[in-house]
Amino acid sequence: MRIKRNTILTLAVAVVLVGLLYWLSFNQAKNGMLVSILQKSAIFALVAVSMNLLNGFTGLFSLGQAGFMSIGAYTTAILLIPVKNLDGVYYMNGVSPFIRAVKVYLATLPDWFQAIYPFIALLLGALLAAIVAALVGIAVLRLKSDYLAIATLGMSEIIRAICSSPQMDKITNGSYGLNKIPNFPPLLGGLIPAMLTPFIVVAICITFIMLLIRSSYGRAFKAIREDEIAAEAMGISLVKHKAMSFVISSFFAALAGGLLAMYMRSIEAKTFSISLTYDILLIVVIGGIGSVSGSVLSAFLVTASKEWWLRFFDQPLNILGWQVPLFRTGFRMIIFSVLLMVVVLVYRRGLMGSNEFSWDRLLGRFKRKKLSEGGVK
Amino acid sequence: MSLLEIHDLKVCYGGIVALNGISFGVNEHEIVTLIGANGAGKSTTLRAIMGLIPITSGTILYNGERLHGLDTQKIVEKGIVLVPEGRRVFPNLTTLENLKLGAYLQDKKTVEPNLKRVYELFPRLKERHWQQAGTLSGGEQQMLAVGRALMANPKLIMMDEPSLGLAPLVVKEIFSIIKKINEDGVTVLLIEQNANVALKTANHGYVLETGTISMTGTGRELLENEAIRVAYLGKTR
Repeated sequence: MRIKRNTILTLAVAVVLVGLLYWLSFNQAKNGMLVSILQKSAIFALVAVSMNLLNGFTGLFSLGQAGFMSIGAYTTAILLIPVKNLDGVYYMNGVSPFIRAVKVYLATLPDWFQAIYPFIALLLGALLAAIVAALVGIAVLRLKSDYLAIATLGMSEIIRAICSSPQMDKITNGSYGLNKIPNFPPLLGGLIPAMLTPFIVVAICITFIMLLIRSSYGRAFKAIREDEIAAEAMGISLVKHKAMSFVISSFFAALAGGLLAMYMRSIEAKTFSISLTYDILLIVVIGGIGSVSGSVLSAFLVTASKEWWLRFFDQPLNILGWQVPLFRTGFRMIIFSVLLMVVVLVYRRGLMGSNEFSWDRLLGRFKRKKLSEGGVK
Repeated sequence: MSLLEIHDLKVCYGGIVALNGISFGVNEHEIVTLIGANGAGKSTTLRAIMGLIPITSGTILYNGERLHGLDTQKIVEKGIVLVPEGRRVFPNLTTLENLKLGAYLQDKKTVEPNLKRVYELFPRLKERHWQQAGTLSGGEQQMLAVGRALMANPKLIMMDEPSLGLAPLVVKEIFSIIKKINEDGVTVLLIEQNANVALKTANHGYVLETGTISMTGTGRELLENEAIRVAYLGKTR
């Protein structure tokens, strides 16, 4: 009975959400701001969930997310910039002849290939990041807690430095960055509009991570987080599982990086500096370390309040002819920081703690309130 | 031939010698105990058998096969499990999840019957199967640690101080369950500081002192031994 009710509720919410997204895709012109914030939130949700898999579920405190995102973003961008724009993008140093040759060849392939090509590009970026993660992982995964954080942070910076180095001019366009990256492609031959593509890709990826966490692998990850020695005594191979978690997390971070490149249409090495990792860490912590639904929820809340809801604090405000002095550009970020502190003080383990969203819990909250009201005589 | 045979096992931590060439055997279907004071090398012995720490020299044979140098994973697959010192349950996972982790390397088909068996031995765990392991009492956590080990279909179960920090009544309960497990055909290697209960339960006992075995005998012999009574059982001269 209860399971049936929950399924119906979930389906209902899903239908409403999909309907809302479709409505938005037809009225995109009027709701440009909302659409772009939702897309950005979805992309950040995926990175946050991938970081949570590593930091929250496996207990490996890694700060390399931005580095892997940049691998994904650069790979996707280089593969997707149209041939006709190559000279415009690489106007300073020219493009490597190999890349040009490959791209010219790929452009001659039939239409069905062109339709899936953007997704191949995303996957290639993610795979490259996974390979890098596997190689780096061998070296750094022996480290624990803070030391692992420093090592991965350093790795992330190295990747950024390589991307912007003059030696890579003909591939990554060095410090000039890449632009003219095509926007999201439509899915299923145009059946699903381009605007919805990031949501669908993100939903598929997060579902995969959820399934992984619920499988016996996920249980092994949690065991490693809780107690390495006991986990090892149970026969769980620490090396294998840590590497697996690291590689999968990097794969999805890079995939999100590729989506981010499509979303922003132009990238440069600076986009993927340490502060990007911190933004994601913030989302993970606010949402609850060890909660996938918490990360998703907080990705939307944090992005929306940062970019949208608090905007009016940046505009001068007049009340009865008196101009409030603090309302100037930048004031929004102060309010945002104060809000963060309040949230962390009230919800000490993040919005969701380490729990996942469940209807029983949500409805139970209302029920308990009703009971206590009824209980007062 | 014994199920587990250890010859001249030596383990060093850096320059410190923890085990200085110990030899002993564990026969099938027996309960064997290693007793000794803090720092005698009891836990080190178990960790070395499990492959959690590298050994310096010596051999560990299980059913005549070489065990030293293998990965812990392989050792668990052979049917040897460790109930670690201080219980070490996974505190933020539920009791059921803890038990399922014990069966991590096992065939999925064995999980259900093993779970049933563990719940029969420890009805308390069934009642609390949804509860986070960290919120269980000390005795319940010890039961969970033993139950978790049983989920791995062990032939040899090694317990590191199961009586640690538990009330005397609970200790009695745990030891009666250890006997029951042994009667079901599981060989038990027990490490204890509580020499009294350990020797009463065990068929065979070894006394470990600063990295060497100083005395051996059946449980009863050691219980009646004057030197042991003075050193471990608190008898005044």
